[in-house]
Amino acid sequence: MSLLRLEHLTRRFGGLTAVDNVSLTVEPGGVTAIIGPNGAGKTTLFNLISGAIAPTEGRVFLDDREITGKPPEQIAALGLVRTFQLVQLFRDLTVLENVKVGTHLHTRGGLISALFRTAGARREEQKVEERALELLEFVGLASHAETRAAVLPYGQQRLLEIARALAARPRLLALDEPAAGLNTEESRGLSAMIRRVADQGIKVLLIEHDMNLVMNTADQIAVLDFGRHIATGTPDEIRKDPAVLRAYLGEKEASHA
Amino acid sequence: MTTLPATTSSDSRHYAGLLVPWAVAAAALIYAYNAGGYIISVANFALIYAIFVTGLNIFMGFAGQVSFGQNAFAGISGYMSAVLTTTYGWPPLAGVAAGVVGAMLAAAILGYPTLRLKGHYLAMATLALGLIVYEVAVEWDSVTAGYMGISGIPPLGVGGFEVYSDQAMLIMLATLAALGALAAAGIRNSRIGRAFVAIAGSEEAARALGINVSRYKLAAFVISAVYAAIAGSLFVHVVGFVSPEVFGLHMVVLAFTMLYVGGIGTVLGPVIGAIIITALPEVIRDFKDYQDLAYGAVLILILIYMPRGLASLPELWRQWRDDSRRRAS
Repeated sequence: MSLLRLEHLTRRFGGLTAVDNVSLTVEPGGVTAIIGPNGAGKTTLFNLISGAIAPTEGRVFLDDREITGKPPEQIAALGLVRTFQLVQLFRDLTVLENVKVGTHLHTRGGLISALFRTAGARREEQKVEERALELLEFVGLASHAETRAAVLPYGQQRLLEIARALAARPRLLALDEPAAGLNTEESRGLSAMIRRVADQGIKVLLIEHDMNLVMNTADQIAVLDFGRHIATGTPDEIRKDPAVLRAYLGEKEASHA
Repeated sequence: MTTLPATTSSDSRHYAGLLVPWAVAAAALIYAYNAGGYIISVANFALIYAIFVTGLNIFMGFAGQVSFGQNAFAGISGYMSAVLTTTYGWPPLAGVAAGVVGAMLAAAILGYPTLRLKGHYLAMATLALGLIVYEVAVEWDSVTAGYMGISGIPPLGVGGFEVYSDQAMLIMLATLAALGALAAAGIRNSRIGRAFVAIAGSEEAARALGINVSRYKLAAFVISAVYAAIAGSLFVHVVGFVSPEVFGLHMVVLAFTMLYVGGIGTVLGPVIGAIIITALPEVIRDFKDYQDLAYGAVLILILIYMPRGLASLPELWRQWRDDSRRRAS
């Protein structure tokens, strides 16, 4: 059974076809990357998968269950959690609270437990706090738990966003250009962290521009160009694929930017 | 867990900082209690507004939405309670309960379509809610007595005990305002409160983490309306009189000023704001002709130097300290 399956996915914006008849299967386990030159439709594809926008045509399946057109919160509840290309933190909250929000799907309690602080509610808060600290430890931000998220350096904001997404216990973690704005060293650290996430059995879907990161991190790579899916393979296969080389180096490149 | 010791010590200082406003509020109330007369009516008024603004803050400060129309729910509840207790002879507590439930239902029904709007559009739509309730109060003469208003509304009471004296009312209102603030604190530090502040931070990110944004917005709106409804009913029973002006646009302007001056998004800000803004005209009365000028100047100074309100003073101090520490390292 595939974890994620796209069937003939198409999205048009007026006259522009951002994603053009993409069919793709993502198997469980490891890291799959989707790459492509600027404007290849990577982020649009990502938004289609996560429910942020609806496809013009085609269907999306998670565990063979159709999720096409479902709102993002329902898709998250089914186990697909994403991050954003432009970091979307809760800027005025502390680092710790950001991660605590991530536990929403796996906690209970509404107004009654908020007002009366029952023993059960307190126990759950305790667990939320422990889990959030664990995740901060995992991404190396534990010492910043009480810092306001907005004042973190950009690289750490990205790590925080990943910790927060992990708090939602995804089975498929989708990262939208997580290396954007990171320096070489930060990018290397990120790569190691993505591998550690995958080692825990969480499938990682990576949309990325940074070829170094992709080649060092991904097990499988799918390549998009002009909204079309032009190749799939291991990093070595992709490096040698003539269609990919054309897309990245050919004379088309100039017109993409 | 190498970080724990540092966190704990800054926490305890943080909590000590939180006690200051409570102490100031308590001192102000004790002063009012002893002063009696006019001063105590001013304090009662401030406390009713503290409840109203605490609710407004849950919708605006926590969930990051905007409503210029929470006065509608104070009006619905206040009028229901007034009419039921005078015309129909209900006991006051039953009148209040009916008013609060009525306002709550109205908020749920009106909020459902209205909250699809965002930003300025939401502001305009909620403003309309307040204006509609005002118009109904004016025009539905046979029930509300129009501009004349309803007088002779009985004070609150349980069994034979009536909250009649100014002092008793002060104690009752102070207790309710404190409970209201504690409830808001409980909400803020819970799962539901985190969902609210997440929506304020980024709706997109909140949804990506599985938060049903429209449901939680409606919840914040209804909770906020319940606070408004309680404040509205308390007002009519404490003052013994209601007219459309009581819940008019002036209420909205006043509540917004209190919210921003006290500190939007903080738990104690609404209480501090309500007390300061109600007391300010009394304090600067000596300026006579320049009273309005002084009032405006004080507001502008607070908003420039403390954009997150008076309640943010301890936080401003901490931030300044963190920043200077970071520069040093």
